[in-house]
Amino acid sequence: MKEIVVISGKGGTGKTSLTASFAVLGARDVIVADCDVDAADMHLLLEPDFKIAENFYSGVIAKIDQDICTKCGKCTDVCRFDAIPIVDSNYVVQPLDCEGCGYCARICPVDAIKMELQNVGDWYISTIKTDSTMVHARLGIGAENSGKLVAKVKNEAKRIADEQQKDLVLVDGSPGIGCPVVSSLSGASFVVLVTEPTVSGFHDLERVYQLVKKFGIKAGCIINKADLNPAIRHEIQSWIQAENIAAIAELPYDEEFTRAMTEGKTIMESESELLKSILTDAWQKIRDIL
Amino acid sequence: MKIVFTAKATDWDAPIDPRFGRTEYFVIYDEEREELFSVDNRAIADVAHGAGPQTAQKLFELKPDVLITGNGPGGNAARVLAQGNIKIYVGAGDMTVKEAYEAFEKYELKEF
Amino acid sequence: MLKIAVASGKGGTGKTTLSTNLAAYLAERGSVILTDLDVEEPNSGLFIHGELIHQEDKFKMVPQWKSDRCTLCGNCREVCNFHAIVQLADEIMVFPQLCHSCYACSELCPTNSLPMIPEKMGELREFQADRLSFVESKLDIGQEQAVPLIAQTLRYVDDEYSEVDLKIFDSPPGTSCPVIEATKNADLVILVTEPTPFGLHDLKLAVETMRELKKAFVIVVNRHGIGNNDVIDYCNAENIPVIAKIPNSKKIAEIYSRGHLLYEDVPEFKAELDRVVDFITDLNREASR
Repeated sequence: MKEIVVISGKGGTGKTSLTASFAVLGARDVIVADCDVDAADMHLLLEPDFKIAENFYSGVIAKIDQDICTKCGKCTDVCRFDAIPIVDSNYVVQPLDCEGCGYCARICPVDAIKMELQNVGDWYISTIKTDSTMVHARLGIGAENSGKLVAKVKNEAKRIADEQQKDLVLVDGSPGIGCPVVSSLSGASFVVLVTEPTVSGFHDLERVYQLVKKFGIKAGCIINKADLNPAIRHEIQSWIQAENIAAIAELPYDEEFTRAMTEGKTIMESESELLKSILTDAWQKIRDIL
Repeated sequence: MKIVFTAKATDWDAPIDPRFGRTEYFVIYDEEREELFSVDNRAIADVAHGAGPQTAQKLFELKPDVLITGNGPGGNAARVLAQGNIKIYVGAGDMTVKEAYEAFEKYELKEF
Repeated sequence: MLKIAVASGKGGTGKTTLSTNLAAYLAERGSVILTDLDVEEPNSGLFIHGELIHQEDKFKMVPQWKSDRCTLCGNCREVCNFHAIVQLADEIMVFPQLCHSCYACSELCPTNSLPMIPEKMGELREFQADRLSFVESKLDIGQEQAVPLIAQTLRYVDDEYSEVDLKIFDSPPGTSCPVIEATKNADLVILVTEPTPFGLHDLKLAVETMRELKKAFVIVVNRHGIGNNDVIDYCNAENIPVIAKIPNSKKIAEIYSRGHLLYEDVPEFKAELDRVVDFITDLNREASR
């Protein structure tokens, strides 16, 4: 069973739109995992039915029982995150500031502080428009995106792939370079890097690739909006070659992307024959490399 | 020799779990006593941070001579394992425990 | 004195485009400090070219094991909620990437065997371009937490630029911890969105976050003209002011792609930027009354 992870470093390059198109091309061969949990959008293109929904718990927050509290102030003394101010003459933990370290709970002389497990979001298993399965999630606001929910989504997708005897898990990865991306990448068989020929796009591509290199995972690159800036496109092409990354496809700047997305469709369901054929070839290329 | 496998179930036919830090089970084969047993690591799914070092600590306590896995431990876990003089072999990701053992015996696995 | 954070739910909507152009434009008439808090992928520096006037490494405090007096009681491992401490037969191992710097292990150690030491997590750089000051922080690859670096950068700007009236902060995208840290002390948050289903979906998450933080916020719509009218309808229904609508234009995309600012070459962009400036000026006037 192979795992294809699509990442981009920078937002807005078209990562999610492209992954959704690959989901349509892969149809019943793939299980889809939307691991971009801090701003999950794939469900807007694939018509999931949210058949199964589960709460997700991660991390703890301190809670002070005001009935037991003697207001000695030791908790606020040890708190390194300034999370326990005095509110209306009570010591009250501020949930958005609390890191969940538990130090205050350990040293409270009257045991007035408990660490409570947080319901930080939900995860779902859906049947999507291709008749295949997608695992996705929604992280609540202010939640710590530790990679645990990402791992959960991926593991469920892999479990389902095993059960249904599907060969491929297609992952819409997280942006940035922190924990969630690392969690998206670990266990990947192949990484698809989506970029755009802009100064920002290339900069972020190079940064996120350092992470991919550390894991030693084979990678390929798709340049979206390729005709926007020929000079930078050329720079990216040279860089791809130098780093031994597979050149998978180049897509022209085309507002059909947005038009299709606005109608809740992927490119594969849109009017643009050119884009559809480029994407079909790209998907074939990825399958061949695997 | 005591050989430990990262696995998705608990017997000889169990598929190898390619990852280390969040592996579901350890399957241990004690060659001298010809005994196979397992350790359940599934609680690691509830851990947000530090899965690698936690799992490595668990493995460390089993005092194995050899670890056989798929992709190999990540940076944090590897640091812990390095302390224990455990020989790590990778490349068994698509095999069952039995197949991985046979591959190991035939020197077909790669050292990490 | 105004602290303005530019944020968004979705990545790629144009936060950096707005914050860099806004800061540069405002700096033509007065002192401005622009800070890039998207420490995982800071991009503002690609558009602002000033003289590097200062650079410093940024550190977070992590415990370091000293074996001489350690009794291997294991208390440190027990109190660490982040599993950053592992206890082997005769040694304690610390994992700095997992450490959240709570000091619990260090301060609760009965033999003082875990003093806290600084570990580099990233870099802060400071630039000057006429009346525009620019501070950028970058997280080292392999570091897993953005929040400590964002917090330290904010403190640095507070200390070093207390006399500068106008502070603009380019935030990271999304709605999780790093965004909270970057926006929680702002006087005004400008949410940049695009008029598409992705834009609307993520905007709603961002709005929810701002309401939770009780922040004053307004909307700027970028790439106005594509997609549909749902974002505008939503803002109207929710009584959220839309203070500018930057038009969709391939010309803007091309100039942006080269790493250039927009307002000098694109009149339609400048017109909308003026509307943002007017809004801020009015707000500042209100604030100083």
